[in-house]
Amino acid sequence: MLQQSELPVDANAADLVVAAFEAPDPVSSSRRSWWRMIPVAMCCLWLLLVIVGALFASRLPIQSPSAVKPIERLRGPSWKHWFGTDNLGRDLFARSVYGARVSLTVGVVSVVIGLVIGGAVGIVAGYLRGRTDEFISWVVDVLLSFPSLVLLIALVAYRGSGLTNICLALGFLGIPIYARLARAHAMTIGGEEFVLAARASGAGKLRILWREIMPNVLPTLSAYGLVSMSLAIVVEGSLSFLGLSVSVPTPSWGGLIAGGQSFIRQTPTWIILPSVVLCLTVLSLNVIGERLRRRFEVGSGG
Amino acid sequence: MNFQPLGSRPDPLLSVRDLTVEFGTKDGQTVHAVSGISFDVAMGETLGLVGESGCGKSTTSRAVMQLPPPTAGSVVFDGRELTSLSSLELRKTRTQLQMIFQDPVSSLNPRRSVEDIIAEPLATWSRGTPKERKAKVYELMEAVGLDGTVVGKRRRREFSGGQCQRISIARALALEPRMLICDEAVSALDVSVQAQILNLLQEMKQRFDLTVIFVAHDLAVVKRVSDRVAVMYLGKICEIAPADLLYAAPRHHYTAALLASIPQPDPTIRPGDVPVLSGEPPSPTDPPTGCRFRTRCPRAEDRCAAEVPELTEHSPGHLVACHFPLESSVAVDVLRRQTDADVLRL
Repeated sequence: MLQQSELPVDANAADLVVAAFEAPDPVSSSRRSWWRMIPVAMCCLWLLLVIVGALFASRLPIQSPSAVKPIERLRGPSWKHWFGTDNLGRDLFARSVYGARVSLTVGVVSVVIGLVIGGAVGIVAGYLRGRTDEFISWVVDVLLSFPSLVLLIALVAYRGSGLTNICLALGFLGIPIYARLARAHAMTIGGEEFVLAARASGAGKLRILWREIMPNVLPTLSAYGLVSMSLAIVVEGSLSFLGLSVSVPTPSWGGLIAGGQSFIRQTPTWIILPSVVLCLTVLSLNVIGERLRRRFEVGSGG
Repeated sequence: MNFQPLGSRPDPLLSVRDLTVEFGTKDGQTVHAVSGISFDVAMGETLGLVGESGCGKSTTSRAVMQLPPPTAGSVVFDGRELTSLSSLELRKTRTQLQMIFQDPVSSLNPRRSVEDIIAEPLATWSRGTPKERKAKVYELMEAVGLDGTVVGKRRRREFSGGQCQRISIARALALEPRMLICDEAVSALDVSVQAQILNLLQEMKQRFDLTVIFVAHDLAVVKRVSDRVAVMYLGKICEIAPADLLYAAPRHHYTAALLASIPQPDPTIRPGDVPVLSGEPPSPTDPPTGCRFRTRCPRAEDRCAAEVPELTEHSPGHLVACHFPLESSVAVDVLRRQTDADVLRL
């Protein structure tokens, strides 16, 4: 489930992100003119907007997400209620902004869990090889062989729903994937001469893992992390939709979309607008993550 | 243990005896990369190690460093047997032996600044305060011809191959080693840069009192830097001699063939005139019995298949592993061509 989703990422648009990160050299600046940067810049801008919204939701001049006003129930978008209201008259825009908190928390925390644990285990396996590698690879293969949606639902059913458990479950599911990725990279990097040089100068295994291998694996892992963050957000949305995520009064994007389904005839915007928000966020993460991933794969020069 | 005098050198800093390195392949075969070689390196000396690709010269140099440790044999450095040291002791001793690798770019971590890379060995052993380390790094960078204040913060992609190799040399010297092992250290560089790096290595050798093992496949380069040269073929040493003697009067048929294969910038020599080795070296998974060179040797007889020729001293300092070593007439012929070539090269 956490396999990379095949979003149609525009290769050219993705190419542009790189320009934002690299010092301009004559070739690239002539080839990548400024207007081709627009899509990527917009993705960054959108993410920034969502993050700021999630962080400072309570201080922004928006309505309360939980204030019930039955008189204004099931309104379409207006100046007062940008996204309209739900069946209890709560402001859907405010709920969407607060919902970003859940989505971003799930995305960030689950990715960090998977990346840190999976990455650590993976580079150890890839650098040390031998028995350690055999054992770790075996565990990773076992974990990967579970159908992940079933495992996820089982975990949530066993541990109960709620933000913490969702994060833990999604993070856990990510571990074997990061481990594999980190292992493969660590194997390549372990063969480079600078690692041999470090060994020759008497560096121990831990020091080599931390100072030589990890800094070279991390960029690739983080780029993949961005892509899989989008996936975690989608999965959380699906779980909310199934009622397996955060409990009812707390808004989350998936929960909003799920709540709107009974009223799709009266106020289709209830479903459409939060969906668009979710969609844009996932797309932005994918575009940026994909571009970074490609950059780190090709650019061994870093 | 058999401590025969090898090349009759006093006080060897490094003594290698019966060094054997074998690797298992996936299909259960054994690669005999290095098969029982012995040599000494005297204090302050430069030993050249030559041979064609795959003859085990890099493997030998790495086995000396215990990276990875050899399958069998002994490596005595400064009176200490490296093969039996505990891993911490070995790590400590390794600081005395440093290595420079073939690929100047791959030798540097792409994600760390040059300063950091050169300081890393010092940081590993917590030598000095960060400030002292930094001063030392700048000193080293200056020694290898780089300005630390200008390039210290840069990463490897901003340097040329030659500059990268300078950085590798600075890093190798950071721990003030006594021995430097250059594993094809200039092979990947342009000829003009090669000369600069070779000069730098010579200079560093003088300045830091280094003993050097210089591994290369380029005979001209090895001749230029080495006091003595060991020629390897398929995991065995064929011949060890002082550089001048070896190039002037090779006694082993393989050495002679190698020297003859150096292109001569002389239009009167026609391609057919020089005896060239034919064929490929046999596979190290299944080396020939007896003398390993016999399958390509012009002088091979039945005895060569039956008996392994031992490395024996034929004249003072000149060791040859051959049942039928070359005599002086051929040697003189090679010598003549060599000097002609040198004159023209200069």
